[in-house]
Amino acid sequence: MDQVIFDLTQMPLREVNAALHAPGLAGDFLVENPAGAHNLAVGLTSPVNVTVQGHVGYYAAGMNQRASVSILGNAGTGVAENMMSGTVTVRGNASQSAGATAHGGLLVIEGNAAARCGISMKGVDIVVGGNVGHGSAFMAQAGRMVVRGDAGDGLGDSIYEARLYVRGTVASLGADCVAKEMRPEHLEELAALLKSAGFEGDDPAAYTRYGSARTLYHFHAANSY
Amino acid sequence: MSFTSDDRSRLGLRESATFDRATIAGIQRAAETGVYDIRGWGAKRALPHFDDLLFLGASMSRYPLEGYREACGTDVVLGGRNAKFPLRLDIPVTIAGMSFGALSGRAKDALGRGASEVGTSTTTGDGGMTPEERGQSKHLVYQYLPSRYGMNPDDLRKADAIEVVLGQGAKPGGGGMLLGQKISERVAGMRTLPQGIDQRSASRHPDWTGPDDLTIKILELREITDWEKPIYVKVGASRTYYDVKLAVHAGADVVVVDGMQGGTAATQDVFIEHVGIPTLAAIPQAVQALQELGVHRKPDGVQLIVSGGIRTGADVAKALALGADAVAIGTAALVALGDNHPRWAAEYEKLGSAAGFYDDYQDGRDPAGISTQDPQLEQRLDPVEGGRRLANYLRVLTMEAQTIARACGKAHVTHLEPEDLVALTIESAAMARVPLAGTGWIPGQGL
Repeated sequence: MDQVIFDLTQMPLREVNAALHAPGLAGDFLVENPAGAHNLAVGLTSPVNVTVQGHVGYYAAGMNQRASVSILGNAGTGVAENMMSGTVTVRGNASQSAGATAHGGLLVIEGNAAARCGISMKGVDIVVGGNVGHGSAFMAQAGRMVVRGDAGDGLGDSIYEARLYVRGTVASLGADCVAKEMRPEHLEELAALLKSAGFEGDDPAAYTRYGSARTLYHFHAANSY
Repeated sequence: MSFTSDDRSRLGLRESATFDRATIAGIQRAAETGVYDIRGWGAKRALPHFDDLLFLGASMSRYPLEGYREACGTDVVLGGRNAKFPLRLDIPVTIAGMSFGALSGRAKDALGRGASEVGTSTTTGDGGMTPEERGQSKHLVYQYLPSRYGMNPDDLRKADAIEVVLGQGAKPGGGGMLLGQKISERVAGMRTLPQGIDQRSASRHPDWTGPDDLTIKILELREITDWEKPIYVKVGASRTYYDVKLAVHAGADVVVVDGMQGGTAATQDVFIEHVGIPTLAAIPQAVQALQELGVHRKPDGVQLIVSGGIRTGADVAKALALGADAVAIGTAALVALGDNHPRWAAEYEKLGSAAGFYDDYQDGRDPAGISTQDPQLEQRLDPVEGGRRLANYLRVLTMEAQTIARACGKAHVTHLEPEDLVALTIESAAMARVPLAGTGWIPGQGL
C-alpha cells in the first residue's frame, strides 16, 4: 500500500488527526512539516505506521493504542503520555514527562529525556538512549524504564512496583527508591528490552536495577512523608 | 457518671471555647498515635453559608408566578461552547465526582440510577470508570485527575463530558488518599497498585504545570475525542477569581468550583478545616471572572457549576441566584442513599461514632455499605432502592428551587439573580455581595 502524506502546512492539525482516527484504518502515513505542532497523532486506535518528519510539540502520540509512531526529530512535553499499547519512537530528544502515566506499549527515546520521564508510569516500557532528568519515574507504578546514560536527582521518588535499569550514574534516589540485585530474570528482561529498542549491543550486566523499598506503602508514625 | 448540660451549669463547669472537648480529644488522639487524623466528609466548622441569605419574594414591586400552574423551567445545557454534543440536563442539580474505591460499586450504581431517573449527570472519580457506572448513567462526566488511575482513552470516548480536576474544596492543593482497607483486589487492579497499600494520589498533574500547558492539554483531550465532549475544569475554592479566569483562558467549557464544605472520602482533618474558602465566598468571585470575560450566561458562554454544602432546594436556588448555572451534590447524595441513617445507629456506636456524626469514610467499615469495599457491607445497599431514594431527593431539591423561583416571579430557575437576595450577616453580605437585609448596604461596595 502506498504511503499517505499529510503536509501540516497544507492541512490543519484537526484534519490530520481526524483522518488518523478513521475506523478500520490501515497502512503507512507520513506527516511532513510538523513545525513543533502540539497534539499530533493523538488518540490513535488502529495498527498503522505513522512517521513524523521533524520536531513535534506537546503530547505527540498521546494515549496511543496499537499504532506505531516514529518521530524523526525532537518531541515536546508528554510524548506518548498515557499510551496504552503500540510503539512510539523519538529519534531525537524528548522534553519533560515523556511517557507520563502510560499503561502499555513501548516508548523509545534515542536521545535524552528531560525531567519526569516515566512519571506515574503504569505499565509502559520506556527505553532512553541517553540521560533522563530529575524526578524521573516519580510515583512509577508499573512497567520498566531503561536509561542507557545517567539519571538526574530524585530518581524513582515514591515508586511503587515499576522496575528501573540505569547504566550510568544516578544523581540521587528519591524517597523509597533503592538499588536492587540484578538476578538472572532481570538480566534477561533487560536484554529483551534493549533488543526491542534496537540497543542489543549493550551488556545488561553493566546496568543497575532500582525499585521500591516499600517502606511508604503504609502510613505510620515514623513516616514523615 | 456523665453529667447533663444542666448538671454542668449547676456545678459551674465551664468548657473552654479555645480548648473545647473536640480539641482536647484531638490533642489526646495525636499524642497517642503520632499520626494525623484522616477522615471523610467536608469542613464541619460553622461557616458563612447559604443559610445566611434570604430571598425577597414578590409583592407589590415584583409579580410572582402561580405555584402549581405556571411553568418554571429547570433544564440546563452545559458545554455548548466547543463540543459537538453538549450535556442537556433536565435539572440543574448534578452528582459530584466520587470514586469507585472511595464508594462501593453498588453505591456508584445507585448514584447512576437516581441521577438518570431525573435526567441529570453523575461523575466518576479518582480510579477510573466502572462498567456498572457507565451502564447506569445516562449522562456521565469522566474525571481526568493528577493520578490518572484507570485513565484510558476508550473510557474517555465513552464519557459524555470530561472534567479536568485541579483540586477539590475539601483540600485545594492536595492529592487523593485511599487507605489500604479499601484497596481491594478490584480497586487495586483498576489503579495498577498493590492490593492493601495506603494509596496517595498526586496533587499535581504529571504532564502539565500551569494555565498555558493546560490550554494544550485541553486541546489534546478535544483532539482525542474529536471535539465531541464538553471539557470541564474543576477547582477547589481558594483564589477563585483568578483560577476561573485562567480556566476560561485555558479553554474550559464549564468551570466547577467546589467550596470548602465539599466532601472527601479521606483527607487530613487539618486540611479539610483550614484550607480553602467557603462556597458562599467563592461564587461571586467566579461569577465576576466570567462576567469580565463576557462568558457568563451567554449563548456560547462558559457555565459555572458550584458544589460544597448544597443540602436543600433553597441552597440550589441561592447558588443559581448568585450566578451558578448548576450545582453538584456529593455528601447530600450519599445521605440520600442512606449514609448516617438512624437504622444503623447501633453499628455506628460500635465504631465509636453515631448516626449523624459518622465521617470515617476512609475506614472502609461503613455500616450503610456506601463508603466501603467490604463485600458483606456493600450488600446492605440495594442500588435500586438507593437510586429511588436519590431520585426522590433530587426531585425535592428541584421542586423546592422552583417554589422559590416562582415566588420571585421567575419562569426558569436560572432567572434568579442576586437582586432577589439579601444577607442576614455582615460577613455573608460581604462574601455574597448582596445587601444586608433591610438595608442597601453591601460591605465593601459603599452605600
